[in-house]
Amino acid sequence: MADLENLAQAVREGQRLALARLLSLIENEQPQGEAALAELYPHSGRAYIVGVTGAPGTGKSSLVNELAKALRAKTYPALQASRPPSVAIVAVDPSSPFSGGAILGDRIRMRDLSGDAGVFVRSMASRGSLGGLAHATASVADALDAAGFEVILIETVGAGQAEVDIARHAHTTLVIESPGMGDDIQAIKAGILEIADLLVVNKADMPGAENAVRVLRAALDLAGNAGGRGARELEWQVPILQTVATTGQGVEALVEMLLRHRQHLHASGQWNERGRQRVAAALDARLRDRLTQSWLARQPEGRYSDMLARVVRRELSPAAAVAELVTAEPEAGPAAGLPAAPTRAGR
Amino acid sequence: MSLPTIRVLIAKPGLDGHDRGAKIIARALRDAGMEVVYTGLRQTPEMIAEAALQEDVHVVGLSILSGAHMALVPRVVEMLRAQGQGQVRLFVGGIIPDDDLPKLKALGVEDVFGPGASTETIVARVRQAVEGRAQVSRT
Repeated sequence: MADLENLAQAVREGQRLALARLLSLIENEQPQGEAALAELYPHSGRAYIVGVTGAPGTGKSSLVNELAKALRAKTYPALQASRPPSVAIVAVDPSSPFSGGAILGDRIRMRDLSGDAGVFVRSMASRGSLGGLAHATASVADALDAAGFEVILIETVGAGQAEVDIARHAHTTLVIESPGMGDDIQAIKAGILEIADLLVVNKADMPGAENAVRVLRAALDLAGNAGGRGARELEWQVPILQTVATTGQGVEALVEMLLRHRQHLHASGQWNERGRQRVAAALDARLRDRLTQSWLARQPEGRYSDMLARVVRRELSPAAAVAELVTAEPEAGPAAGLPAAPTRAGR
Repeated sequence: MSLPTIRVLIAKPGLDGHDRGAKIIARALRDAGMEVVYTGLRQTPEMIAEAALQEDVHVVGLSILSGAHMALVPRVVEMLRAQGQGQVRLFVGGIIPDDDLPKLKALGVEDVFGPGASTETIVARVRQAVEGRAQVSRT
Protein backbone atom coordinates (compact mmCIF):
# COMPACT_ATOMS: atom_id res chain seq x y z
CA MET A 1 0.00 0.00 0.00
CA ALA A 2 2.06 2.89 -1.28
CA ASP A 3 -0.96 5.11 -1.08
CA LEU A 4 -1.70 5.79 2.56
CA GLU A 5 -3.49 9.01 1.59
CA ASN A 6 -6.53 7.16 0.37
CA LEU A 7 -6.46 4.45 2.99
CA ALA A 8 -9.80 5.45 4.50
CA GLN A 9 -11.44 5.53 1.11
CA ALA A 10 -9.96 2.18 0.09
CA VAL A 11 -11.29 0.69 3.32
CA ARG A 12 -14.73 2.11 2.62
CA GLU A 13 -14.61 0.56 -0.85
CA GLY A 14 -14.06 -2.83 0.71
CA GLN A 15 -10.41 -3.34 -0.23
CA ARG A 16 -9.30 -6.04 2.16
CA LEU A 17 -5.59 -5.36 1.90
CA ALA A 18 -6.17 -1.71 2.78
CA LEU A 19 -8.26 -2.78 5.76
CA ALA A 20 -5.56 -5.20 6.93
CA ARG A 21 -2.94 -2.44 6.69
CA LEU A 22 -5.15 -0.01 8.55
CA LEU A 23 -5.62 -2.49 11.38
CA SER A 24 -1.83 -2.84 11.69
CA LEU A 25 -1.37 0.92 11.73
CA ILE A 26 -3.99 1.22 14.45
CA GLU A 27 -2.48 -1.61 16.44
CA ASN A 28 0.96 0.01 16.25
CA GLU A 29 -0.46 3.44 17.11
CA GLN A 30 0.91 4.98 13.95
CA PRO A 31 -0.25 8.51 13.06
CA GLN A 32 -1.47 7.39 9.60
CA GLY A 33 -3.76 4.90 11.31
CA GLU A 34 -5.15 7.52 13.66
CA ALA A 35 -5.73 9.87 10.73
CA ALA A 36 -7.54 7.25 8.64
CA LEU A 37 -9.62 6.20 11.62
CA ALA A 38 -10.59 9.82 12.23
CA GLU A 39 -11.85 9.96 8.66
CA LEU A 40 -13.70 6.67 8.99
CA TYR A 41 -15.19 7.29 12.40
CA PRO A 42 -18.41 8.94 11.17
CA HIS A 43 -19.16 5.73 9.28
CA SER A 44 -18.87 3.56 12.37
CA GLY A 45 -21.52 2.88 14.98
CA ARG A 46 -23.63 0.52 12.88
CA ALA A 47 -22.21 -2.91 13.61
CA TYR A 48 -23.60 -5.30 16.17
CA ILE A 49 -20.67 -6.07 18.46
CA VAL A 50 -20.71 -9.36 20.31
CA GLY A 51 -18.10 -10.21 22.93
CA VAL A 52 -17.21 -13.83 23.49
CA THR A 53 -15.34 -14.66 26.67
CA GLY A 54 -14.66 -17.57 28.98
CA ALA A 55 -11.88 -19.63 30.49
CA PRO A 56 -9.11 -21.10 28.30
CA GLY A 57 -10.16 -24.30 26.58
CA THR A 58 -13.91 -23.82 26.92
CA GLY A 59 -14.23 -23.62 23.14
CA LYS A 60 -14.40 -19.90 22.42
CA SER A 61 -12.67 -20.07 19.04
CA SER A 62 -14.63 -23.11 17.91
CA LEU A 63 -17.88 -21.48 18.92
CA VAL A 64 -16.98 -18.19 17.23
CA ASN A 65 -16.26 -20.22 14.09
CA GLU A 66 -19.68 -21.87 14.34
CA LEU A 67 -21.44 -18.58 15.06
CA ALA A 68 -19.86 -16.94 12.03
CA LYS A 69 -20.80 -19.91 9.86
CA ALA A 70 -24.38 -19.84 11.10
CA LEU A 71 -24.66 -16.07 10.57
CA ARG A 72 -23.31 -16.41 7.03
CA ALA A 73 -25.61 -19.31 6.19
CA LYS A 74 -28.87 -17.41 5.81
CA THR A 75 -30.67 -14.12 6.06
CA TYR A 76 -32.05 -13.07 9.40
CA PRO A 77 -35.27 -11.03 9.46
CA ALA A 78 -34.16 -9.52 12.78
CA LEU A 79 -31.23 -7.86 11.02
CA GLN A 80 -33.50 -6.31 8.40
CA ALA A 81 -31.28 -7.25 5.50
CA SER A 82 -31.90 -9.23 2.35
CA ARG A 83 -28.62 -11.12 2.58
CA PRO A 84 -26.59 -12.77 5.32
CA PRO A 85 -24.65 -10.31 7.46
CA SER A 86 -20.96 -9.81 6.83
CA VAL A 87 -18.96 -10.91 9.84
CA ALA A 88 -15.63 -9.72 11.22
CA ILE A 89 -13.82 -11.58 13.95
CA VAL A 90 -11.23 -10.08 16.26
CA ALA A 91 -9.50 -12.81 18.23
CA VAL A 92 -7.22 -11.75 21.07
CA ASP A 93 -4.55 -14.02 22.52
CA PRO A 94 -2.09 -13.17 25.28
CA SER A 95 1.34 -11.65 24.73
CA SER A 96 4.25 -13.09 26.67
CA PRO A 97 5.07 -10.86 29.63
CA PHE A 98 8.75 -11.71 29.10
CA SER A 99 9.47 -11.56 25.39
CA GLY A 100 6.45 -9.54 24.23
CA GLY A 101 5.88 -12.22 21.60
CA ALA A 102 2.70 -14.19 21.17
CA ILE A 103 1.28 -17.30 19.57
CA LEU A 104 -2.01 -16.37 17.97
CA GLY A 105 -3.74 -19.70 17.53
CA ASP A 106 -7.41 -18.87 17.21
CA ARG A 107 -7.40 -19.30 13.44
CA ILE A 108 -6.74 -23.02 13.88
CA ARG A 109 -10.42 -23.39 14.82
CA MET A 110 -11.65 -21.01 12.15
CA ARG A 111 -10.56 -22.75 8.98
CA ASP A 112 -14.15 -23.23 7.82
CA LEU A 113 -14.41 -19.49 7.25
CA SER A 114 -11.64 -19.38 4.69
CA GLY A 115 -12.70 -18.39 1.19
CA ASP A 116 -15.77 -16.42 2.28
CA ALA A 117 -15.41 -12.80 1.18
CA GLY A 118 -18.05 -11.80 3.74
CA VAL A 119 -15.80 -12.81 6.61
CA PHE A 120 -12.62 -11.15 7.90
CA VAL A 121 -10.61 -12.66 10.73
CA ARG A 122 -7.93 -10.73 12.56
CA SER A 123 -5.79 -12.04 15.41
CA MET A 124 -4.43 -9.61 17.96
CA ALA A 125 -1.93 -10.02 20.77
CA SER A 126 -2.95 -8.46 24.07
CA ARG A 127 0.37 -6.52 24.23
CA GLY A 128 0.45 -6.10 27.97
CA SER A 129 -3.17 -5.17 28.48
CA LEU A 130 -4.71 -7.12 31.34
CA GLY A 131 -8.46 -6.92 30.89
CA GLY A 132 -8.72 -9.67 28.28
CA LEU A 133 -8.42 -7.38 25.26
CA ALA A 134 -5.63 -5.35 23.68
CA HIS A 135 -5.51 -1.56 24.02
CA ALA A 136 -6.25 -1.18 20.33
CA THR A 137 -9.14 -3.66 20.19
CA ALA A 138 -11.82 -0.98 20.41
CA SER A 139 -10.24 1.01 17.58
CA VAL A 140 -9.83 -2.11 15.48
CA ALA A 141 -13.53 -2.83 15.99
CA ASP A 142 -14.35 0.75 14.95
CA ALA A 143 -12.36 0.29 11.74
CA LEU A 144 -14.12 -2.99 10.92
CA ASP A 145 -17.44 -1.31 11.70
CA ALA A 146 -16.66 1.58 9.33
CA ALA A 147 -15.51 -0.94 6.70
CA GLY A 148 -19.11 -2.17 6.68
CA PHE A 149 -19.02 -5.38 8.68
CA GLU A 150 -22.44 -5.85 10.18
CA VAL A 151 -21.58 -8.24 12.97
CA ILE A 152 -18.27 -8.09 14.84
CA LEU A 153 -17.37 -10.99 17.09
CA ILE A 154 -14.66 -10.14 19.60
CA GLU A 155 -13.05 -13.13 21.25
CA THR A 156 -11.11 -12.30 24.41
CA VAL A 157 -8.04 -14.05 25.72
CA GLY A 158 -8.86 -17.08 27.81
CA ALA A 159 -10.36 -15.24 30.74
CA GLY A 160 -10.30 -16.16 34.40
CA GLN A 161 -12.45 -14.26 36.81
CA ALA A 162 -11.73 -10.60 36.35
CA GLU A 163 -11.10 -10.02 32.65
CA VAL A 164 -14.31 -8.12 32.17
CA ASP A 165 -13.27 -5.31 29.81
CA ILE A 166 -15.22 -6.93 27.02
CA ALA A 167 -18.53 -5.92 28.61
CA ARG A 168 -17.66 -2.29 28.00
CA HIS A 169 -16.80 -2.93 24.38
CA ALA A 170 -19.67 -5.10 23.21
CA HIS A 171 -23.42 -4.78 22.84
CA THR A 172 -23.92 -8.37 23.90
CA THR A 173 -21.53 -10.37 26.04
CA LEU A 174 -21.53 -14.12 25.76
CA VAL A 175 -19.79 -16.03 28.53
CA ILE A 176 -18.78 -19.59 27.72
CA GLU A 177 -18.37 -22.28 30.33
CA SER A 178 -17.72 -25.95 29.95
CA PRO A 179 -18.48 -28.91 32.21
CA GLY A 180 -16.16 -29.48 35.15
CA MET A 181 -14.91 -25.92 35.45
CA GLY A 182 -15.63 -25.46 39.12
CA ASP A 183 -18.15 -25.71 41.90
CA ASP A 184 -21.04 -23.50 42.87
CA ILE A 185 -18.86 -21.11 44.85
CA GLN A 186 -16.93 -20.31 41.68
CA ALA A 187 -20.22 -19.50 40.06
CA ILE A 188 -21.26 -16.91 42.64
CA LYS A 189 -17.99 -15.03 42.78
CA ALA A 190 -18.06 -11.54 41.36
CA GLY A 191 -16.69 -10.92 37.93
CA ILE A 192 -17.11 -12.76 34.73
CA LEU A 193 -20.55 -14.28 35.29
CA GLU A 194 -21.95 -10.87 36.14
CA ILE A 195 -21.17 -9.50 32.72
CA ALA A 196 -22.95 -12.28 30.84
CA ASP A 197 -25.97 -11.40 28.75
CA LEU A 198 -25.99 -14.98 27.56
CA LEU A 199 -24.41 -17.97 29.24
CA VAL A 200 -23.33 -20.90 27.15
CA VAL A 201 -22.32 -24.32 28.41
CA ASN A 202 -20.22 -25.63 25.57
CA LYS A 203 -19.10 -29.28 25.22
CA ALA A 204 -22.63 -30.14 26.31
CA ASP A 205 -22.12 -33.70 25.15
CA MET A 206 -19.61 -34.27 27.93
CA PRO A 207 -20.46 -35.70 31.34
CA GLY A 208 -21.28 -33.01 33.84
CA ALA A 209 -22.97 -30.65 31.39
CA GLU A 210 -26.33 -30.89 33.14
CA ASN A 211 -24.64 -30.23 36.44
CA ALA A 212 -22.87 -27.16 35.04
CA VAL A 213 -26.18 -25.80 33.80
CA ARG A 214 -27.79 -26.43 37.19
CA VAL A 215 -24.98 -24.69 39.06
CA LEU A 216 -25.10 -21.69 36.75
CA ARG A 217 -28.87 -21.49 36.98
CA ALA A 218 -28.69 -21.60 40.77
CA ALA A 219 -26.10 -18.84 40.73
CA LEU A 220 -28.29 -16.68 38.53
CA ASP A 221 -31.34 -17.36 40.72
CA LEU A 222 -29.34 -16.44 43.78
CA ALA A 223 -28.59 -13.10 42.21
CA GLY A 224 -32.25 -12.63 41.41
CA ASN A 225 -31.22 -13.29 37.85
CA ALA A 226 -29.56 -9.92 37.75
CA GLY A 227 -26.79 -11.37 35.59
CA GLY A 228 -26.34 -8.72 32.92
CA ARG A 229 -25.81 -5.12 33.92
CA GLY A 230 -29.08 -4.06 35.45
CA ALA A 231 -30.82 -6.97 33.78
CA ARG A 232 -33.50 -7.17 36.45
CA GLU A 233 -34.97 -3.77 35.74
CA LEU A 234 -34.78 -4.37 32.03
CA GLU A 235 -36.52 -7.72 32.11
CA TRP A 236 -33.76 -9.62 30.36
CA GLN A 237 -33.50 -13.08 31.83
CA VAL A 238 -29.97 -14.30 31.19
CA PRO A 239 -30.51 -17.54 29.29
CA ILE A 240 -28.28 -20.58 29.67
CA LEU A 241 -27.76 -22.39 26.41
CA GLN A 242 -26.01 -25.65 25.64
CA THR A 243 -23.83 -26.13 22.60
CA VAL A 244 -21.40 -28.59 21.10
CA ALA A 245 -19.16 -26.41 18.96
CA THR A 246 -17.44 -29.35 17.30
CA THR A 247 -20.72 -30.54 15.78
CA GLY A 248 -22.64 -27.29 15.60
CA GLN A 249 -25.32 -28.58 17.96
CA GLY A 250 -27.23 -25.75 19.62
CA VAL A 251 -25.55 -23.05 17.55
CA GLU A 252 -28.66 -22.06 15.66
CA ALA A 253 -30.54 -21.53 18.92
CA LEU A 254 -27.61 -19.46 20.16
CA VAL A 255 -27.72 -17.19 17.11
CA GLU A 256 -31.47 -16.74 17.57
CA MET A 257 -30.90 -15.82 21.21
CA LEU A 258 -28.17 -13.32 20.29
CA LEU A 259 -30.51 -11.63 17.86
CA ARG A 260 -33.25 -11.63 20.47
CA HIS A 261 -30.90 -9.86 22.86
CA ARG A 262 -30.06 -7.36 20.14
CA GLN A 263 -33.75 -6.65 19.73
CA HIS A 264 -34.15 -6.34 23.46
CA LEU A 265 -31.34 -3.78 23.54
CA HIS A 266 -33.09 -1.72 20.91
CA ALA A 267 -36.49 -2.00 22.52
CA SER A 268 -35.23 -1.08 25.98
CA GLY A 269 -33.01 1.80 24.92
CA GLN A 270 -29.96 -0.12 26.10
CA TRP A 271 -28.51 -0.19 22.59
CA ASN A 272 -27.75 3.52 22.72
CA GLU A 273 -26.69 3.37 26.34
CA ARG A 274 -24.18 0.61 25.71
CA GLY A 275 -22.94 2.43 22.64
CA ARG A 276 -22.37 5.47 24.82
CA GLN A 277 -20.51 3.38 27.39
CA ARG A 278 -18.31 1.96 24.64
CA VAL A 279 -17.38 5.40 23.42
CA ALA A 280 -16.82 6.63 26.96
CA ALA A 281 -14.50 3.71 27.69
CA ALA A 282 -12.46 4.45 24.56
CA LEU A 283 -12.36 8.17 25.31
CA ASP A 284 -11.32 7.65 28.93
CA ALA A 285 -8.51 5.30 27.96
CA ARG A 286 -7.12 7.72 25.39
CA LEU A 287 -7.44 10.70 27.65
CA ARG A 288 -5.60 8.88 30.40
CA ASP A 289 -2.76 7.87 28.06
CA ARG A 290 -2.51 11.30 26.54
CA LEU A 291 -2.52 13.17 29.84
CA THR A 292 0.08 10.85 31.29
CA GLN A 293 2.31 11.31 28.27
CA SER A 294 1.99 15.07 28.10
CA TRP A 295 2.46 15.37 31.83
CA LEU A 296 5.62 13.27 31.70
CA ALA A 297 6.92 15.31 28.78
CA ARG A 298 6.48 18.52 30.78
CA GLN A 299 8.42 17.35 33.81
CA PRO A 300 11.95 18.59 34.43
CA GLU A 301 14.61 15.98 33.84
CA GLY A 302 14.74 13.50 36.68
CA ARG A 303 11.70 14.68 38.63
CA TYR A 304 9.76 11.50 37.99
CA SER A 305 12.70 9.15 38.49
CA ASP A 306 13.70 10.90 41.74
CA MET A 307 10.17 10.46 43.02
CA LEU A 308 10.17 6.83 41.93
CA ALA A 309 13.43 6.29 43.83
CA ARG A 310 11.92 7.80 46.97
CA VAL A 311 8.93 5.47 46.70
CA VAL A 312 11.25 2.52 46.16
CA ARG A 313 13.09 3.50 49.35
CA ARG A 314 9.71 3.54 51.09
CA GLU A 315 10.04 7.20 52.03
CA LEU A 316 6.70 7.89 50.38
CA SER A 317 3.70 5.82 49.45
CA PRO A 318 2.73 5.78 45.76
CA ALA A 319 -0.41 7.77 46.61
CA ALA A 320 1.54 10.46 48.45
CA ALA A 321 4.07 10.60 45.63
CA VAL A 322 1.37 11.16 43.03
CA ALA A 323 -0.25 13.83 45.20
CA GLU A 324 3.06 15.65 45.42
CA LEU A 325 3.80 15.22 41.72
CA VAL A 326 0.52 16.67 40.51
CA THR A 327 -0.07 19.38 43.11
CA ALA A 328 3.42 20.85 43.41
CA GLU A 329 3.78 21.41 39.69
CA PRO A 330 7.15 23.08 38.97
CA GLU A 331 7.10 26.62 37.55
CA ALA A 332 9.69 26.02 34.87
CA GLY A 333 7.60 23.77 32.61
CA PRO A 334 6.83 25.03 29.08
CA ALA A 335 3.08 24.83 29.75
CA ALA A 336 2.70 26.04 33.31
CA GLY A 337 -1.05 26.64 33.30
CA LEU A 338 -2.02 23.04 32.93
CA PRO A 339 -5.31 21.79 34.27
CA ALA A 340 -5.22 19.51 37.27
CA ALA A 341 -4.86 15.84 36.41
CA PRO A 342 -8.18 14.03 36.49
CA THR A 343 -8.83 12.19 39.70
CA ARG A 344 -11.28 9.85 38.12
CA ALA A 345 -10.33 8.82 34.63
CA GLY A 346 -12.10 5.48 34.77
CA ARG A 347 -15.63 4.83 35.75
CA MET B 1 11.21 5.26 15.93
CA SER B 2 11.11 1.65 17.03
CA LEU B 3 10.01 -0.82 14.40
CA PRO B 4 6.59 -2.38 14.79
CA THR B 5 6.33 -5.86 16.26
CA ILE B 6 7.17 -8.47 13.62
CA ARG B 7 4.14 -10.55 12.65
CA VAL B 8 4.67 -14.00 11.21
CA LEU B 9 2.27 -16.57 9.78
CA ILE B 10 3.36 -20.18 10.26
CA ALA B 11 1.41 -22.54 8.06
CA LYS B 12 1.49 -26.14 7.00
CA PRO B 13 0.31 -26.51 3.42
CA GLY B 14 -0.56 -29.88 2.00
CA LEU B 15 -1.38 -33.15 3.60
CA ASP B 16 1.39 -34.21 5.94
CA GLY B 17 0.31 -34.16 9.55
CA HIS B 18 3.56 -33.57 11.37
CA ASP B 19 3.55 -30.14 12.95
CA ARG B 20 6.14 -30.51 15.68
CA GLY B 21 8.68 -28.56 13.64
CA ALA B 22 6.20 -25.79 12.89
CA LYS B 23 5.32 -25.52 16.57
CA ILE B 24 8.98 -25.34 17.62
CA ILE B 25 9.58 -22.53 15.15
CA ALA B 26 6.44 -20.72 16.27
CA ARG B 27 7.59 -20.97 19.86
CA ALA B 28 11.12 -19.77 19.05
CA LEU B 29 9.80 -16.75 17.18
CA ARG B 30 7.42 -15.99 20.04
CA ASP B 31 10.33 -16.08 22.49
CA ALA B 32 12.14 -13.65 20.21
CA GLY B 33 9.28 -11.18 20.73
CA MET B 34 7.37 -11.78 17.50
CA GLU B 35 3.64 -12.29 17.10
CA VAL B 36 3.10 -15.63 15.44
CA VAL B 37 -0.19 -16.56 13.84
CA TYR B 38 -0.36 -20.33 13.70
CA THR B 39 -2.98 -21.72 11.35
CA GLY B 40 -2.73 -25.43 11.93
CA LEU B 41 -2.53 -28.39 9.59
CA ARG B 42 -3.62 -29.02 6.04
CA GLN B 43 -3.92 -25.54 4.68
CA THR B 44 -4.38 -24.84 1.00
CA PRO B 45 -2.27 -22.12 -0.67
CA GLU B 46 -5.49 -20.10 -0.95
CA MET B 47 -6.10 -20.32 2.80
CA ILE B 48 -2.51 -19.34 3.54
CA ALA B 49 -2.56 -16.33 1.25
CA GLU B 50 -5.89 -15.16 2.63
CA ALA B 51 -4.70 -15.50 6.22
CA ALA B 52 -1.49 -13.63 5.37
CA LEU B 53 -3.59 -10.79 3.97
CA GLN B 54 -6.07 -10.53 6.83
CA GLU B 55 -3.33 -10.73 9.42
CA ASP B 56 -1.05 -8.32 7.49
CA VAL B 57 2.04 -10.34 8.36
CA HIS B 58 5.61 -9.43 7.42
CA VAL B 59 6.68 -13.05 7.05
CA VAL B 60 5.12 -16.35 6.00
CA GLY B 61 6.85 -19.55 7.08
CA LEU B 62 5.77 -22.75 5.34
CA SER B 63 6.52 -26.11 6.91
CA ILE B 64 6.48 -28.90 4.36
CA LEU B 65 7.56 -32.48 4.99
CA SER B 66 5.60 -34.17 2.26
CA GLY B 67 7.87 -33.51 -0.72
CA ALA B 68 5.19 -31.43 -2.40
CA HIS B 69 7.08 -28.16 -1.98
CA MET B 70 7.65 -27.63 -5.70
CA ALA B 71 3.88 -27.75 -6.21
CA LEU B 72 2.84 -25.79 -3.12
CA VAL B 73 5.41 -23.01 -2.83
CA PRO B 74 4.93 -21.53 -6.33
CA ARG B 75 1.17 -21.38 -5.68
CA VAL B 76 1.63 -19.49 -2.42
CA VAL B 77 4.10 -17.08 -4.06
CA GLU B 78 1.74 -16.49 -6.96
CA MET B 79 -1.25 -15.85 -4.73
CA LEU B 80 0.58 -13.51 -2.40
CA ARG B 81 1.72 -11.46 -5.40
CA ALA B 82 -1.72 -11.48 -6.97
CA GLN B 83 -3.24 -9.91 -3.88
CA GLY B 84 -0.59 -7.20 -3.66
CA GLN B 85 1.54 -8.82 -0.99
CA GLY B 86 4.73 -9.30 -2.95
CA GLN B 87 6.66 -7.66 -0.12
CA VAL B 88 5.90 -10.51 2.32
CA ARG B 89 9.06 -12.48 3.10
CA LEU B 90 8.70 -16.20 2.56
CA PHE B 91 10.62 -18.92 4.38
CA VAL B 92 10.35 -22.67 3.93
CA GLY B 93 11.22 -25.33 6.46
CA GLY B 94 11.09 -29.10 6.35
CA ILE B 95 12.56 -31.82 4.22
CA ILE B 96 13.76 -30.13 1.05
CA PRO B 97 16.32 -31.83 -1.26
CA ASP B 98 19.40 -29.72 -1.93
CA ASP B 99 18.67 -29.73 -5.65
CA ASP B 100 15.48 -27.77 -5.04
CA LEU B 101 17.06 -25.01 -2.99
CA PRO B 102 18.09 -22.84 -5.96
CA LYS B 103 14.67 -23.32 -7.53
CA LEU B 104 12.89 -22.18 -4.38
CA LYS B 105 15.18 -19.18 -3.99
CA ALA B 106 14.59 -18.28 -7.62
CA LEU B 107 10.88 -18.20 -6.81
CA GLY B 108 11.59 -15.57 -4.19
CA VAL B 109 11.90 -17.74 -1.10
CA GLU B 110 14.15 -15.92 1.35
CA ASP B 111 15.70 -19.00 2.91
CA VAL B 112 15.13 -22.72 3.47
CA PHE B 113 15.75 -24.45 6.78
CA GLY B 114 16.14 -28.20 7.07
CA PRO B 115 16.50 -30.52 10.05
CA GLY B 116 19.27 -29.34 12.33
CA ALA B 117 18.91 -25.64 11.56
CA SER B 118 19.24 -23.80 14.85
CA THR B 119 16.35 -21.71 16.10
CA GLU B 120 18.82 -18.85 16.73
CA THR B 121 19.73 -18.82 13.05
CA ILE B 122 16.11 -18.90 12.00
CA VAL B 123 15.13 -16.06 14.35
CA ALA B 124 18.07 -13.98 13.15
CA ARG B 125 17.26 -14.56 9.47
CA VAL B 126 13.61 -13.69 9.94
CA ARG B 127 14.46 -10.51 11.79
CA GLN B 128 17.08 -9.54 9.25
CA ALA B 129 14.70 -10.11 6.34
CA VAL B 130 12.03 -7.89 7.87
CA GLU B 131 14.13 -5.13 9.35
CA GLY B 132 16.43 -4.92 6.35
CA ARG B 133 13.43 -4.30 4.17
CA ALA B 134 11.85 -1.87 6.61
CA GLN B 135 14.96 0.28 6.59
CA VAL B 136 15.09 0.35 2.82
CA SER B 137 11.45 1.29 2.41
CA ARG B 138 11.54 3.92 5.13
CA THR B 139 14.34 6.01 3.63
